[in-house]
Amino acid sequence: MDNNLALFKTMLVIRRFEERLLAEFSAGKLAGTTHVSIGQEADAAGIFSVTDPEDVVFSNHRGHGHFLAYGGEPYRLAAELMGKATGVVGGRGGSQHIHWRNFYTNGIQGGIVPVATGMALAEKIKATGKIALVFIGDGTLGEGALYESLNMAALWKLPILFVLENNRFAQTTPVEKGVAGSMPGRFAAFGIPVWERDSTDVLEIQSAAGEAVGVVRSGGGPVSLIIHTHRFSAHSKGDDPRLPEELIRIRQFDPLIIHGARLSKNDREKAEADAISSIDEAFLRASADPLPGLTVEVPASDVGRSNLEI
Amino acid sequence: MPIVLERLNYALQHAMESDERVYLLGEDILDPYGGAFKVTRGLSTKFPKRVLTTPISEAAIVGMANGMALRGLRPVAEIMFGDFLTLTADQLVNHAAKFRWMYNDQVRVPVVVRAPMGGRRGYGPTHSQSLEKMFLGVPGLKVVVPNSLGDPAELLCAAIADDDPVLFIEHKLLYTCPMSVSREGELVDFQIEQTQGAYPAFTLRPANTPRLTIACYGYNFELVRSAALELMMEQEIFVEIVLFSQLSPFDLEPLFLSLERTGKLLTVEEGTRSLGWGAEVSAEAVERLAGIKVRRVAALDLPIANGKNLEDAILPGLQDIVTAALELAAR
Repeated sequence: MDNNLALFKTMLVIRRFEERLLAEFSAGKLAGTTHVSIGQEADAAGIFSVTDPEDVVFSNHRGHGHFLAYGGEPYRLAAELMGKATGVVGGRGGSQHIHWRNFYTNGIQGGIVPVATGMALAEKIKATGKIALVFIGDGTLGEGALYESLNMAALWKLPILFVLENNRFAQTTPVEKGVAGSMPGRFAAFGIPVWERDSTDVLEIQSAAGEAVGVVRSGGGPVSLIIHTHRFSAHSKGDDPRLPEELIRIRQFDPLIIHGARLSKNDREKAEADAISSIDEAFLRASADPLPGLTVEVPASDVGRSNLEI
Repeated sequence: MPIVLERLNYALQHAMESDERVYLLGEDILDPYGGAFKVTRGLSTKFPKRVLTTPISEAAIVGMANGMALRGLRPVAEIMFGDFLTLTADQLVNHAAKFRWMYNDQVRVPVVVRAPMGGRRGYGPTHSQSLEKMFLGVPGLKVVVPNSLGDPAELLCAAIADDDPVLFIEHKLLYTCPMSVSREGELVDFQIEQTQGAYPAFTLRPANTPRLTIACYGYNFELVRSAALELMMEQEIFVEIVLFSQLSPFDLEPLFLSLERTGKLLTVEEGTRSLGWGAEVSAEAVERLAGIKVRRVAALDLPIANGKNLEDAILPGLQDIVTAALELAAR
């Protein structure tokens, strides 16, 4: 598929999936909480267009877009959010605790970073050629475990890309109240090279990510990729104290509009129809699936001993 | 006559020789220093690429070990003092203990975190604690404690071979203890029963009718055994001892069997008394066996003082155990 069209489709599926998710919550069909990445789709689409399917990825609480761009099925994710047995992790993890192939998420800020760094170490030891990617946000910059990890990744020249998606708000706290000094300086202090883009243009992000991933893969040690972006949606569902006019203003950075302009009307409409129908089908199918039962005893030998076979 | 430290060192060496996936991480673990308590001595010389000395970064040490474990290795992390496990709590509780279950059994986390614990060496409030109680009852996390009766080497090798995360608590005074089996005469008055499994519980049964059961783990077995001998020699009171190697999750069946014979339970631990191991063990016992009498010996609910006389007053000693046993036997 044409690169421009493929990137657009990835972003569109993420957008429509998360919009559907919020609608299902509003309609009372989903319970609990979720964090959507509406506005930030270019990051996931751009980055996963330049990674290898075998690379190891650790994402965070705002990980649906990463999962879908990684290649995860909307149906399995929808089922997971509904708590169904057919969900990515059988309904146990929900929105922010999933694992599929080499993709992992956890809902702890900062704590995922040393885990991802250890994964990079393991891949280096095993000489697999795989690299690790970990997604953090501006809010994660407040966590100490991040800096322990940056130090050790640099000391041991580990193959890891630290992706910092700065959406300018940690839940409701603006970066001005949460981050002192320089964002790139925090990586540079450890001798970790920085690629930085203030953009929601997926082509710019794809290009920067391609260069950053290339350095990591060629054995250059850890690299950071800072993307200054915009989150259009609330942190989770209703917790958004930003002014309405600000929310309207940042819509000018909509990655779908910026990149969609590069496609023909026909391509856009077809992509739209495909995305809507695939997501409809995913939610419909998932909603008919059974709920899991509770097994207290874990069988001694069973499915998916995936990491023990690595 | 091997001491516990040598057995633990041997276990690490044996595990590294027999499984190339085993890696060690920790602070100051390289030769010639070989770790603050010398458990890793010699290993960096034998396996220079597989013993990784780290910065002072406990959260990242355990976090990276978790990541290594998820990706097919078998890391063993050393936390220099058990007190510093507080810095690893997020990695143990929210990561290591969670991954297997929350990822729907698709992964295993074969990580071991070793930590020297305990007082009586004058290290003061932040280098003397027995904090294992904070990590008991965390679903998905095993807490295992060696003693001088079982073989610490077998226990540590089992922990490294375990597919689930194990927090391995080593009391500092246990390191220099000789193995019990080689201390001729000290255990001759007891018949020893051992449960099956990787982390066995031991029941020491006296020749005469026992008046009470003492439950303990780790180094405190040394004190409990001395107390048992003193009670036998000076008071003609015979006690059964149930010695646990796995604290969490726990199987108290051996204790219940013993309590059916004695009806009286004394728990001994070095952690603080309130809301501790002994409290939970006692609660389980009382729920299971109506009418039994219980008593706990533990540290006072205070930080541990640096000065020896205060530390001795705060931590449970031999005479505290003897006194509590006498009171319980008289009830």
